[in-house]
Amino acid sequence: MIKTIIIDDEPLARQIIKEYLSSFPEIHVIQECNDGFEGIKAITQHQPDLVFLDIQMPKINGFEMLELLDKVPPIIFTTAFDEYAVKAFETHAVDYLLKPFAKERFDRAMHKWMGQHKQSFENEKTPNWIETISQQPDQQQRVVVKLGNKVKIIPIQEIHYFEADDDYVKIQTQEGGFLKNKTMQYFEQNLDPKQFVRVHRSFIIQVQQITRIEPYEKESHIAMLKSGARIPVSKSGYPKLKAVLGL
Amino acid sequence: MSSIFSNRKFLLGYIVFWLLWIGMQTGLLYRLGFRLEVAFPDSLVDNGLLALGGVAVSHSLRFSRPGKKKYAYIFIWSLGMAAVCTLLVRFSLSFLFNEEKEYQLFLFHSLPVRFWLAFLMTGWTAMMSWMWYTQEEQQENENRKNQAEKFSREAELFRLRQQLQPHFLFNSLNSISALAGSKPEEARRMVQQLSDFLRSTLTREKQQYLTLAEELQHLQLYLSIEEVRFGHRLNIVVENENAGLSSKVPCLFLQPIVENAIKFGLYDTTDKVTILIVAKLDREMLEITVTNPFDPSTAIPNNGAGFGLSSVKRRLYLLYARHDLLETQTNGNEFITRVRIPQANEHILS
Repeated sequence: MIKTIIIDDEPLARQIIKEYLSSFPEIHVIQECNDGFEGIKAITQHQPDLVFLDIQMPKINGFEMLELLDKVPPIIFTTAFDEYAVKAFETHAVDYLLKPFAKERFDRAMHKWMGQHKQSFENEKTPNWIETISQQPDQQQRVVVKLGNKVKIIPIQEIHYFEADDDYVKIQTQEGGFLKNKTMQYFEQNLDPKQFVRVHRSFIIQVQQITRIEPYEKESHIAMLKSGARIPVSKSGYPKLKAVLGL
Repeated sequence: MSSIFSNRKFLLGYIVFWLLWIGMQTGLLYRLGFRLEVAFPDSLVDNGLLALGGVAVSHSLRFSRPGKKKYAYIFIWSLGMAAVCTLLVRFSLSFLFNEEKEYQLFLFHSLPVRFWLAFLMTGWTAMMSWMWYTQEEQQENENRKNQAEKFSREAELFRLRQQLQPHFLFNSLNSISALAGSKPEEARRMVQQLSDFLRSTLTREKQQYLTLAEELQHLQLYLSIEEVRFGHRLNIVVENENAGLSSKVPCLFLQPIVENAIKFGLYDTTDKVTILIVAKLDREMLEITVTNPFDPSTAIPNNGAGFGLSSVKRRLYLLYARHDLLETQTNGNEFITRVRIPQANEHILS
């Protein structure tokens, strides 16, 4: 039996996928999900062979949901209109379907998946393509992290700084630090450079959090944050910080 | 650029000034003992030439106004013009009245005074013209700049009005596609509703403002489609006090707000969801609140920056130059979006 999950916020959109799937009797829809939260639970629980995923959904979008999975199953994206992501689908996902899609187009996506499915793929780690398709406006406003079984959404204004931590990035907020499986480079490139500055190889700080900057040893500085944290500013980071602060 | 003399007020002032001046000089010469037949032609020739000289200087400034050396330029022009005028006066008048010995003597002695007066007069006219043309040019630049700004603002407003359609449109088509298989009758009805909605959008989005009544009517078309898309769980209540129905509102601004409320409300609970839209007019402010239920534990904190809402915010800013017209707040399990639309102009008209 081949297991599949449909994640979409509209009942009729899920219905048409189920209808099209009826010509693939070996495939069973084991669960339908309304949003990304349900999706994470269902995927973790059932380990499906294929997932149909909408991008624009309430709470968290499809990309954010994928970021939170330890193991990403094969995905067929279904989306109405997505100017930010279509290019990335072309290179990375199994396929993407633009709504409304015809049965023939749907079948083509299924056959493509079956071809790949036979080769049996192992996605042990989050594939790096997820990082390349995150130009969505809401993803520049917030960061989603997983906290045990719960999902936490951190608005970027609440982030004091990012700190490199081996393969992870630690996101420091009022409530403490949260780890996320991303690179420093990812955050540096995707956040507003006027708001977040990479002041050091291991640190990105939010400029509004800075209370003062002091010289420290030769050629380097230290930034004091409102929270009392002291963040090192490297020789190359200092001019960037000065430029953003307009000094 | 128009000539300073095409300004009627200035032209009239210029003529009246020279007429008065001619009268004054005639009077002066008459008091000094010259006959009117001598005093008047003297004054007329002298000042007539000066008036024409002024026009010439002014015209030369109209087309070439050298930037930095402007004072030197005006000075030299006025000096030259004064010299020419004085020479012409000297020869024409001594030719006219070569019988009058006493006048000839006076003419000769008065030449330096005439020269300096001529210099002052042309200099004054030149300065006036120069200021006029500079101001005119600034005005033109200003107008051009305003025009350009207006165009870019219009373009942005147009783009913001357009932007919200594609998702809704394609998702609705997808719903129709789904219904076509299982419930063809409903599919047909939805095609009808979608057409009505699109027609209404096309006729309205050209306008910048609508009345609240028109806006609510359009919203109903939109909501009838949303009810199909999201099933019977969606319940929408619209309340308004009649006083506000003729209020002016930016065209199609409610839809993204309600869309946002539906998206947020619908999937935070599994029950039927009620979205409450209330409009009321309070003196010069139309206030519209959209309330939807939400789950504080999963929703995004300090929200209000969803794309739909941020574009409404931007539109309100471009139209009313205020940042505080769209607010969101949470009240327990309710998420409230409050929009205020100033009605000041409307108020003055009525």
